[in-house]
Amino acid sequence: MCPRTLSVMTTASPRSAWEALAAGPVRFLRTSWPWRVVGWALSGCLVAVVWTVAFLGLVVVPVAALLALLTGVGLADVERRRLRLVDRTAAPSPHARPRRPGFVAWFATRFREVATWRELGYAVVFALVLAWLDAAMGLVFCLGLAVVLAPVLIALTPQVQPDELVWFGPYPLLAQLGLSLAGLLLLPVLAYLVTAYVAARVALTRVLLVGRGGPAPHAEVAELTRSRVRLVEAMDAQRRRIERDLHDGAQQRLTGVAMTLGLARLELDGTTGPARELVDRAYEQSRLALAELRELVHGIHPQALVDSGLPAALATLADRSPVPVQLDVTLPARPPAEVEAAAWFIAGEALANVAKHSGAAQAWVRARTSGGAVVLEIGDDGRGGADPAGGTGLVGLADRVSVLGGRITLSSPDGGPTLLTVELPCGP
Amino acid sequence: MRTVIAEDSVLLREGLAHILRRFGHEVTAVGDAPGLLAAVRHDPPDVVITDVRMPPGFSNEGLVAALQLRRDRPGLPVLVLSQYVEHGSAAELLETGEGVGYLLKDRVSEVAHFISAVEEVRGGGTVLDPEVVRRLLARRRVRSPIDALTPREREVLALIAEGRSNAAIARRLTVTDAAVAKHVNAILTKLDLPPAPDDHRRVLAVLAYLRA
Repeated sequence: MCPRTLSVMTTASPRSAWEALAAGPVRFLRTSWPWRVVGWALSGCLVAVVWTVAFLGLVVVPVAALLALLTGVGLADVERRRLRLVDRTAAPSPHARPRRPGFVAWFATRFREVATWRELGYAVVFALVLAWLDAAMGLVFCLGLAVVLAPVLIALTPQVQPDELVWFGPYPLLAQLGLSLAGLLLLPVLAYLVTAYVAARVALTRVLLVGRGGPAPHAEVAELTRSRVRLVEAMDAQRRRIERDLHDGAQQRLTGVAMTLGLARLELDGTTGPARELVDRAYEQSRLALAELRELVHGIHPQALVDSGLPAALATLADRSPVPVQLDVTLPARPPAEVEAAAWFIAGEALANVAKHSGAAQAWVRARTSGGAVVLEIGDDGRGGADPAGGTGLVGLADRVSVLGGRITLSSPDGGPTLLTVELPCGP
Repeated sequence: MRTVIAEDSVLLREGLAHILRRFGHEVTAVGDAPGLLAAVRHDPPDVVITDVRMPPGFSNEGLVAALQLRRDRPGLPVLVLSQYVEHGSAAELLETGEGVGYLLKDRVSEVAHFISAVEEVRGGGTVLDPEVVRRLLARRRVRSPIDALTPREREVLALIAEGRSNAAIARRLTVTDAAVAKHVNAILTKLDLPPAPDDHRRVLAVLAYLRA
């Protein structure tokens, strides 16, 4: 079985100094990356100085002292931008966008965020230690460079006598060239060391200052997700209500009508004529209406799901499927109602698709719990080639799954088999 | 015949009581599961007819009460009426032994059939709704012992499940009683149910069917 997945191999330019270094130290030295690494390492202390001045300046002013606590946010913003020098991977902010415009809202939002205090902590450590350590590492690389360029530097500065600093022996020029050659050999090693250090520093900065993946989690996005969850819950509640109303109302009345007509037929037993015929017809029609209503009510929200849980409801679905279904359901505990409902809808839709499109002789439904989630698999031995974008109901099901924070995967190579896997987390 | 019926809808309760009284039943009607248990405890009837979904929870209180009655009073004939078919419930009932029935509620409107089903259960027979049987026949599970049955034997088993006697099956299929007996024996053998003096084997055959 070969899942239809898309994998993209990246052979393009490296995304970070560390990746660039992997191409080999000599090739690395020919790119702009060493300069980026050194630039990054040396520029940190400037940021540190500016921040320290701003922080101390604000702390001594009584009213602005609160603002001083938020200077970490500004420093973190600069640091995230500075990361681009050595790491092309996006560095989104961990902060939420305030729900209302204006300074007060921004202030209130920032003060309530953990990220704000993490950034302040980083700022203090950065200004006191890290920035200077970075600069020192940058200088180490510069020193290596200076050794390589020593003959040139000495030639360019005739007012400085090298002998006064270092004694180069009886053949100063030769010694200087030898030193330069040693420097050339040393330079890749230094580049490696400094880049490794910077890679570690980048990782530290990412952990402390960068939001987890994707774009900044706006407050509105979280709110939108919550409102979608509410919408699905309301939809399920409404379906249950409609099912109950139909059961208590129309279904009972219609059953009563059929019963009465059944009694009428009994009274008319042995007679013939138009009255008997009409009663017979009314009786048959009421029976048909009842059967249709029963199917309809079942499709809205099966009582079996409420009463006996997912295994029974899945068994009923399997019974109704025209393609034979092998059931394998092992659920140690009842999942939450919304998970049961979603699993039931998905299995129903998937089995309907199997019957309609797959040409399969055999289908199977498996349900398990794994890592706090219900894992539902629906497979068939049909012709495959199912296209999630092909207007099947699967797109709608994907919405339901995403609202629950789950995942849906479809593997359907041409020639089959088709396997739909759904993970529905049970926890909050 | 003294009959207790439990049904929460007044309309259906009255309709059911009306039909049963017309056929000479002495009817006690209650509207919920606790009422049913109390009525049976107070004056054990000849047969109990109960709805599945009843107050207070509107879930499967009626079925739970029916199972409890069967445990407390083995052999008490109980006929369960359900608005929808769930073979898990049917199997649970059948496992309590003979003298049980499971019918779709609108089957009541086939008055003559319904009354004979009540009689069958009262006499210790087993009655399954034709819809349950049809579903089971339509279901093709992998490696089921049912696969070994010939189409004719399946037909016979389906009629057994509906609670019919050998004579009734013979009439229905227009064959001789001996031919039906031969089919029944073949079914019991194929389902690996060794000979026993008990008619209960017929129920076991239906159970094997439900579990397949």
